[in-house]
Amino acid sequence: MMNIAMPLFSAALPEIFMLCMISFILLIDVCLKEGYRIVTYGLTQLTLIAVFLFAMAQYREYPYPIVTFGDHYVVDKLAILTKLWVLVASFFAFIYARHYIKGRSILYGEYYILGLFAVLGMLIMASAYSFLTIYLGLELLSLSLYAMVALQKDSAAATEAAMKYFIMGALASGLLLYGISILYGVTGSIDILTIGNALQKGLHVHNPAMIFALVFILSGLLFKFGAVPFHMWVPDVYDGAPTSVTLFIASAPKIAAFCITMRILVQALPMLSPAWSSILVVVAVLSMFSGNLLAIAQTNIKRMLAYSSIAHIGYTLLGIISGPTSATGYSAAMFYITTYVIVAAGAFAIIALLSKQGIELDQLDDYRGLNARHPWLAFMMLLLMFSMAGVPPTVGFFAKLGLLAALVEAHYVWLAALALLFAIIGAYYYLRIVMLMYFEEPREDLRSNRIAISPGITTAITLNGMAALILGLLPSALIDVCRISLG
Amino acid sequence: MVALSNFLILAAILFGVGIAGILINRKNIIVLLMSIELMLLAVNTNFIAFSYFLGNNTGQLFVFFILTVAAAEAAIGLAIMMVLFRKSGTIEVDKLDALKG
Repeated sequence: MMNIAMPLFSAALPEIFMLCMISFILLIDVCLKEGYRIVTYGLTQLTLIAVFLFAMAQYREYPYPIVTFGDHYVVDKLAILTKLWVLVASFFAFIYARHYIKGRSILYGEYYILGLFAVLGMLIMASAYSFLTIYLGLELLSLSLYAMVALQKDSAAATEAAMKYFIMGALASGLLLYGISILYGVTGSIDILTIGNALQKGLHVHNPAMIFALVFILSGLLFKFGAVPFHMWVPDVYDGAPTSVTLFIASAPKIAAFCITMRILVQALPMLSPAWSSILVVVAVLSMFSGNLLAIAQTNIKRMLAYSSIAHIGYTLLGIISGPTSATGYSAAMFYITTYVIVAAGAFAIIALLSKQGIELDQLDDYRGLNARHPWLAFMMLLLMFSMAGVPPTVGFFAKLGLLAALVEAHYVWLAALALLFAIIGAYYYLRIVMLMYFEEPREDLRSNRIAISPGITTAITLNGMAALILGLLPSALIDVCRISLG
Repeated sequence: MVALSNFLILAAILFGVGIAGILINRKNIIVLLMSIELMLLAVNTNFIAFSYFLGNNTGQLFVFFILTVAAAEAAIGLAIMMVLFRKSGTIEVDKLDALKG
């Protein structure tokens, strides 16, 4: 007689509701006539809002972690907060996307449906509590993203970027899976909880195969993050993909990837922290170094922000490195990645807003004298660039400060000094954009080119830019939230 | 009786061939897709071998999911390849250099 425990379906309510809504929207979209495509957009955003409310309700409903679905699924503070961030970031990404894909040959309904599937993948990653669910969530996210990059079928750059993203992503999944298979062979389990408990008891810790598995799993994760030895796809994909898709790739998936990194490294393999933190030190230093230096050489702003994202991932890893010995390390890393996502989404949104139908304005030259053409947009860009560079009082400053404090607490003073040095190098290319916008004349052909933005999008971009400033002035609430979720 | 290590060595060789196929292949995207498939099959071999020798079903269950995802992955890869071929008229890896990575 088999005894199957009923899973707690209410714990997975956000995901279940989302899946039903995606299927519903898919059906509706097929039946819609050309002029009514706005319905798809409206339903997409409504779904995100509804799922956000469900997740909020769960935050109050489950004060203690709930593990269900045969130990494959968890609802805890980290999962719920990751979901909330992912949903907010995706909501903004879709607002900006609507303006961008209008008038380009990007399929309208498919874009939002693939986007929703990607969000569902991220929600599953946030709640994944076994390597199987982590893998499935990650693949749902990645497969949707490959297709989204390729949606602009008439652009040679986009299809080439999609192919490169696909090959590199598949290689990363292969590495991750190989690591998981070795880990399964050593421990006999794929549950994060079981593996963590076995290691805690001192089993398998000195088994060399564990280090072997760890290296493969880490390479897979770093591939998805885009940290240095595995970063070569990042600039090509960011550059080649339609800007609205770049915005999406650069924002929400980073938070979900951070969440699964925390689950794997901190909850399943904390006993191996000496091994993984020494690997991550090398990766973080190389990422900060090459990301910041190569960004200086770029003339295309999307490529520049791609290299800058590599550097920011390096900074985030610093928090994870200091985590095992410092009380604030993990929460500093989470604060850093969430605030980076806000800022990166805003910066890519401005690039998407400036480009007109058929013309992509993504060269640094195109930003010359932006202040004369649209002062408010230029001011928002200034706030976002200041935040990326870490200039007070924007939020980027506090994010970097928190990381450096955690590093010093964990006795990595040399690493903190190095991070500071790279931050100063990095400030050069962010401030160069500010200088171009404010102290140079616009290009002749762009001077008469009026920038028309709808009020709704102006509100969104204002909220986004102001978030960089206001979170910088009052960072304590967000820092507390990050502490709670990782406490 | 075949020992566990034999299966693991076979899987490691398959995995290595898959990675080598992706990294040093300069000819054709279809070969890349085949290499990816080879990597996933190596992982499956690993899982099944461990599952058999540990007397634990989880590994076999994992393999079913990997097979399903691999099918979806191949479908998307081939679809992207079709778009690429229509746009640029070639599926040679060397010709993918518009974006200098």
